[in-house]
Amino acid sequence: MKHVLSAIVMNQPGVLAHIAGMLASRAFNIDSLAVGETENSQFSRMTFVVAGDQKTLEQVRKQLEKIVTVVKVVDYQQQDIVERDLMLMKVSATSANRSAIRELVEIFRARIVDVDTGHVMIEISGQESKLSAFVDLMRDFGILELVRTGRIALARHSSLSVDQALTPPTPYENIESTVAG
Amino acid sequence: MATASLPVTATKAIPLNGAEIFVRSLVKQGVDLMFAYPGGCSMPLHQSLTFHKDEIRTILPRHEQGGGFAAQGVARTTGKVGVCMGTSGPGATNLVTAIADAKMDSVPMVAITGQVPTTVIGTDAFQETPIIEICRAITKHHYLVTDVRDIPRIVKEAFYIAGTGRPGPVLIDVPKNVQLTVVEEEPDYDPPMNLPGYHPEVRRAHPSQIRDILAAIRESKKPIFYVGGGVIQADAAEEFTKFARKTGIPVTTTVMGIGAFPGDDPQSLHMLGMHGTVYSNYAVNDSDLLIALGVRFDDRVTGKLDEFAKHGKIVHVDIDASELHKNKKAHIPVVANVKEVLQGLNAMIADEDVPELSEWWKTINAWRDKFPLSYKDAGDLILPQYAIEELWKQTKERHPYVCVGVGQHQMWGAQFFKFEKPRHWLSSSGLGTMGFGLPAAMGVAAQHPNDLVIDIDGDGCMLMNVQELATLKCEKLPVKILLINNQHLGMVVQWEDRFHDGNRAHTYLGPIDHPEWSGAGEGGHYEETYPNFVQVARGFGVEAKQVRRKQDLPAAIAEMIAHDGPFLLDVITPYQEHVLPMIPSGKTVKEIIVE
Repeated sequence: MKHVLSAIVMNQPGVLAHIAGMLASRAFNIDSLAVGETENSQFSRMTFVVAGDQKTLEQVRKQLEKIVTVVKVVDYQQQDIVERDLMLMKVSATSANRSAIRELVEIFRARIVDVDTGHVMIEISGQESKLSAFVDLMRDFGILELVRTGRIALARHSSLSVDQALTPPTPYENIESTVAG
Repeated sequence: MATASLPVTATKAIPLNGAEIFVRSLVKQGVDLMFAYPGGCSMPLHQSLTFHKDEIRTILPRHEQGGGFAAQGVARTTGKVGVCMGTSGPGATNLVTAIADAKMDSVPMVAITGQVPTTVIGTDAFQETPIIEICRAITKHHYLVTDVRDIPRIVKEAFYIAGTGRPGPVLIDVPKNVQLTVVEEEPDYDPPMNLPGYHPEVRRAHPSQIRDILAAIRESKKPIFYVGGGVIQADAAEEFTKFARKTGIPVTTTVMGIGAFPGDDPQSLHMLGMHGTVYSNYAVNDSDLLIALGVRFDDRVTGKLDEFAKHGKIVHVDIDASELHKNKKAHIPVVANVKEVLQGLNAMIADEDVPELSEWWKTINAWRDKFPLSYKDAGDLILPQYAIEELWKQTKERHPYVCVGVGQHQMWGAQFFKFEKPRHWLSSSGLGTMGFGLPAAMGVAAQHPNDLVIDIDGDGCMLMNVQELATLKCEKLPVKILLINNQHLGMVVQWEDRFHDGNRAHTYLGPIDHPEWSGAGEGGHYEETYPNFVQVARGFGVEAKQVRRKQDLPAAIAEMIAHDGPFLLDVITPYQEHVLPMIPSGKTVKEIIVE
C-alpha cells in the first residue's frame, strides 16, 4: 500500500539530511521524496510517498514529527488530493517517426521542449500511472535519457498552509483512541 | 585581540567574543558543573571558563567519553541537563558513545564541540570531522553555530530541548572563528526561541482516558504495573508509589525503572525481562491487564513480542507518541506526561475502583516462594551476588548512588541492590556501554559531594575508562569502586556456556598463553590476577585492596566505605556463575532458565 505524507519543515541546512537519515536508519521504505520552498521562504514542504502498512505509516509520521525542525506532518490518506510527478525524457527520433511521437505527445498532453538531430526532449507531468504508460509507449522509439521528480501533492479541500502548520497543537489533538473490548 | 575599541562590558583580559558569550549563556542556563577536555578548536571556550570559575566548576576528565558519562551522572541523578565538551575531530568523536547512550536512555545532556573555523569546514582540515553529520541520528537535536549572534538563542534552545518532553542529548558544534569573533554589544541572554515544530508539553491525557484506565483496573483480576525510566525522568515516583499502594497492584520495573518504587517493598516483584525475576515474568505473562508507564517494550523486556503479555489488555502511557504501538499494540494508549496522568489517576480513583486481588497475590506469592532470587553458597569463594548484597546491607541506610558498567555485575546489581528512591541507580541500559560506571560515578560524586557514591564494576568494564581514576584523585571525588573481578567478560562467557558449548572466544582477559584463554584451564580460583588492579589504582594515587576470601569481604567493604577518598576494592570472584533467571534472547517466559 502506498501513502502520501506532506510535511512543513524549517528551511535550514541539514534538515533534508536529517530526515533522509532518520528514514534510512529506521529502515522505512520511501518511494519518493520531493522538497521545495513554500509561500514562506523560512519553510519548505516535503512530500513523501511511503510504502507500507498502516502501522509503518503511523511510525513514519510520528518519527518525522519528533524531528525538531519538522513543524507539521499530514497524512493524505482518505483525502481528495491532486498528485503530480514531473518527467523529462530524451527519445530518439528520426524524420520518419517524429510525427508519430508528436501524436502520442499530444494525446498525453505532454510537450516537446527541445529538438535535436536524432532526438527530441519531452516534458510530461501528471499522475504516476500516466507517466508510466507514456514511458512504456516511448520505449519502442528508444529512450536515451530520463529524469523525474518525486511526487508532489496538495489536498483539494483541507489544507496545510504554513500559517496553519505554525498554529501550536491543542492538548487533545491526535488523541489516541481506546480500543474497545 | 583586545583593542582600543572594546566595549565597556569587556575588560582587556576578557574580550566579549563568541566563547565568552557562550559561557555566559551557560551560566544563564544555570550550569554550575561541566566536564570538558580542551583542544585547539575549543581553547577559547576553556579560556572563558576560567573567567567564570566561580560560577561553573569545570572538571577535566581524562578522556572525552569519561566527560560525557560524568555529565550523564549529573543528569540522571538530578534531572538537570548535564554538560560535557570536547574539541573538534577526535575530541568530538570520543563523545559520540556518550551521546548515543544519552539518546537511548533519554538523558538530558548538552554536548559542546569545538569545530574548525567556518572558513575551512569541508576541506579536511586538521582535526576536522563533520560531527553534526555523525550525530544526527543519535541526538535529539543539533546545532552548527555559524553566527556569533545566534549563540544565546541556540544555547537557550539546546537546554530547553534537552530537558523537556522526552529528554535527550543536544549537540552544539562551535567553530573556532565564531568563538573568537568579538562583538561590540552585550547580547540578550534570554532571546525568543525559534522552535515552531517543537511542542513537548502540550499533549494531555483526556479525562475520558483516565476514566478508561480506572475502568480497566476496576474490571481486572490479574493486573500488573510495568514501570520504566519515564516515571523516573518525569519525577513521578512519588505519584506512582501512591497510586500503586492505593490499588495494591503488583509492581515490576525495567532496568531503567529501578527506584520508581521501593525495591524491598513486598508489593515489588523487582525487575522483569531477560534477567528479571521468575515471578515478575510469570505475572506479566498471566496478567489480564498490563499497565505500562514510561516504557518502550524493549526486546530485553519482551523477548518474543507476539507472545509477550498476550492474554490481557495493555495500557500504555508515554510522553513520546512514537513509542505507542511501535512494538506492541496498546488497548488504551495515552500520550502524556506520566506524572500528570498519575496525578489524574490519584485524584479520580474511588475505593470501588480498587480491584480484589487476594487470589492474584496468592498465585504470585506461590511463584515467589518457589523461585526466589537466590544464589548458592560457594564456601570460601566470594560470589558476585553475595558481594553486591553485602555492599547493599552495609550501605543502605545511607541511600548511596550506585553506578554500574555493563554485563553480569550490572544485572546482579539490578537484582541484589535494592533502591528506596528514584535517581540513585545509574545504568547504561539501552546502549549497554561497557565503561559507563566509573565516569558516571565521577560525575555523581562531583554533583553530590556529601553523598556516598559507589561504582560496581567489572574487570572488563574497568579498563574501558580506567583513566578516570586520575580524575577521581585529582578532583578529590571519593568514589567507592567495588570491582567484581572474574578475569573474564562474564556475560559473554555465560552466553558461550549456554549457546556455544563453552567455546571461549576472546573472553578471557589474561595472557594468551594462559590455559583459560582457550577454556582449557582448571576453572579454579586465580592465584594471580591480571592486571594488578591494586597496583594500577595506587599508580593513580587511589587507595586499593584485593580480597579473595568470603570471610574477609565484610570488613574490606567497611574499610572501603570508611576510607576518606576514592577507593578500589578488587573482589576476586569465580567466573562460572551465571546471571539467572534468564530468558534467552527472542524467547518466551516458557523458556526461562532458572539453573
